[in-house]
Amino acid sequence: MSINLKNKDVNLKSEVFGVLAEFESPSALIKAAEKVRDQGYQYFDVFSPFPIHGMDDAMGLKPSKLPWIVFLGGAFGLSFGFGLQTWVSTTAYKLVISGKPLFSYQAFIPVTFELMVLFSAFATVFGMFALNRLPQHYHPLFTVDSFSKVTSHGFFLMIESHSDNFECSEVQRELKSYGAHNIEIVKDCL
Amino acid sequence: MSVVDQEINRVSLVKDNLDFQQLTDLVAKPSETKTPKWWFIALAVSLSGILLLKSMLAYLFWEGVGIWGLNNPVGWGYAIVNFVFWVGIGHAGTLISAILFLFRQDWRTGINRFAEAMTIFAVICALIFPGVHIGRQWLAYWLFPLPNSMAMWPNFRSPLLWDVFAVSTYFTVSLLFWYVGLIPDLATFRDRAKTALKSKIYGIFALGWRGANRHWQHYEKAYLLLAALATPLVLSVHSIVSFDFAVSQLPGWHTTIFPPYFVAGAVFSGFAMVVTLMVLTRELFGMKQVMTLHHLECMNKIILVTGMMVGYAYGMEFFMAWYSVYEYESFAFINRATGPYAWAYWIMVSCNVISPQLFWFKKCRTSIPIMFVVSIFVNIGMWFERFVITVTSLHRDFLPSSWDYYSPTWVDVATFVGSFGLFFTLFLLFLKFLPIVAIAEVKMILPQANPHHGDNHEH
Repeated sequence: MSINLKNKDVNLKSEVFGVLAEFESPSALIKAAEKVRDQGYQYFDVFSPFPIHGMDDAMGLKPSKLPWIVFLGGAFGLSFGFGLQTWVSTTAYKLVISGKPLFSYQAFIPVTFELMVLFSAFATVFGMFALNRLPQHYHPLFTVDSFSKVTSHGFFLMIESHSDNFECSEVQRELKSYGAHNIEIVKDCL
Repeated sequence: MSVVDQEINRVSLVKDNLDFQQLTDLVAKPSETKTPKWWFIALAVSLSGILLLKSMLAYLFWEGVGIWGLNNPVGWGYAIVNFVFWVGIGHAGTLISAILFLFRQDWRTGINRFAEAMTIFAVICALIFPGVHIGRQWLAYWLFPLPNSMAMWPNFRSPLLWDVFAVSTYFTVSLLFWYVGLIPDLATFRDRAKTALKSKIYGIFALGWRGANRHWQHYEKAYLLLAALATPLVLSVHSIVSFDFAVSQLPGWHTTIFPPYFVAGAVFSGFAMVVTLMVLTRELFGMKQVMTLHHLECMNKIILVTGMMVGYAYGMEFFMAWYSVYEYESFAFINRATGPYAWAYWIMVSCNVISPQLFWFKKCRTSIPIMFVVSIFVNIGMWFERFVITVTSLHRDFLPSSWDYYSPTWVDVATFVGSFGLFFTLFLLFLKFLPIVAIAEVKMILPQANPHHGDNHEH
C-alpha cells in the first residue's frame, strides 16, 4: 500500500512519465531488457515492430492469463448453446420431426460446437483487449516524435517513473551503458 | 547457422534481403502513392456489378423467386450453387492463416492477410444467396432464435439451421481473426500517415497500439488461440454445408463422403482463387519480393493435393453407387455422367481433376501463365461441381413423370455476375486502403528479427 502512495506522490511531483531509450536491433533490446529486469524496475516495457522471440523471459513476464478467459468463454458458449436447444426443443416449442424424440441431443452437436467456438473467439479478442487495456488512444509515448518508427523499424525500452528507486539521471546513465543510442524523457501531458 | 538449416537449405521467403524499414515502405506504397488508372477502371466495372446485383435483388424482392429458373423437381438452383461456391472460396483464407500457422509454415506470412481478406469478402457474397432465396424477405429473422410475439422457435434438428449458425460463426470469427492481425499494421499506417485525417482514421482502428511487449505477449497468445479455434471451425463449416445435402434422403446427396469431400473441394477452390488474385496483385502492386514464386509454388502443390482428393471423391461416389446395389443411387450417378447434364459433369471433371495434373511438373508449378489459367479452370470447375451435385440429383427424381430440365434465367445469371462485382469492389478497396501483407508477421521471419542474429555464426 505504501508503495502505491509513494508512487502517486512521485507522479504528482514531476510530470516525468518515464525514460525512453532506443536500441539498434532486437538482440540489443533483449539484452537491455534482461539487465533492466535484473535491476529490479517493475514498471518497464519494450516496444518493437513485431514480437521478439524470447522477450517475455528477458523481461521476466508471467505467462498470459488469456487461455483461462477463453476457457470460460468456450464453456459458456457450449452450455448456452446446448441449453438453448434443449429448452427450445423440449419445453418452449415442441415440434415432432420425423418421429424423433424431442430431446435429440445428437442433432444439437453442430450448433453447440459453433456457439462454443463463437464465444471462445469473442473471449479471446475482447479478453486480449482487456488485458492490454485497449483501446487506448492516448498514451504519453505518442507525444515523442521519434517513437513513431516503433511500428516500422524502431526498438525502444522505457522505464516508467513510478518504479521503485526510479532516479531520472541514474536511469539515463544505466540505459546508456546498455547500449542505447537515443535517450529521451517522456512527459505526461494530461 | 545450425546443422539443420545447412542441410535443408531453406528458401528465403523475402527476396533481396529487405530490412525492416524497406519492408514497411514496400507494403505501405500502394496506399501512399498515386492510385493507378487501372484501379479506377476496375473499380468502375466492379461498382457496375454491384449495381447489377442490387437491381436483380430489388427485382427479386418485388416479384418473388418465380423470376428464377426453378421448376418442379429442381427446387434448388443457382442460389444454393452460388452460396456453396462462394463459401468454398472463403475457406482458403482461414486455412492459410490458421492451419498453416499451427503447422508453423512460415511461408504463409506473405499471403495470409490477402487470403483472409478474400475469405471475408467471399463469405459476404455467399451470405447474400441464402438470405434472399427464402422468398419472403421480411421473415428473414425466422432463421435466428429470436424471441418473438408468436412464441415460435427454429427447428434445431434441421441441417439448414445448422448452416445458419456455421456460416455466421465462420464469418464473425474470420472477421475477428483478420482484424486482430491488422491492428499492428494499422498502427504502422497511422504512424506513417501524411494527413491528419488519415492518421485519425487509421488511429481509431489501430486502438492505440504501440508495439509494447506486454501487449505482444497477450496478442500472440490471442492469435494462437484464434488459430486453434478457427482450425476446427473451418473444417466444420463446409462439413455442415454438406449436411444440407447429405442429411436428405435423395440419391446423389445422401452420402457419408460429403463432409470431407466438400472440405477438400472448398480448400481447392479457395486456393485457386488466391492464386488467381495473387498473380495479378503481385504484378500490379509490385509485391513480388514478398509474394514470391516460392509462395505460388507452395499454393499450387496444395491445389494439386486437394484436386486429387476431389478426384478421388468423384470416383468413390461411383464406386459406392455400384457397391450399394441400390438402383436409384446407381441411376443418379450414371445419369450424372451420361444424362442431359453430362456436359456439366465433364466440364467439372476436366477442370478439377485433369487440369491440376499439370502441377506435377515443376515447370508448370512455377510458370505464371500456366498457373493463372489452371486456377481459372479450377474456379470454373468448382462452380460446376456444385451445379452438378445440386441439379443432376434433383432433375430426375423417383417419378419419371415429374422429370424436367433446369436452366437458369437471365436473372439467375445476372445475380451471380453481380456478386462478383461486390467481391471485387471490396477487394479493390482493400488493396488500396489496407496493408495487403501482414507487415509485422513478415518481419518476424526476416533473419534480422532473430535475437541471435549476428551474435555468432559458428554455433
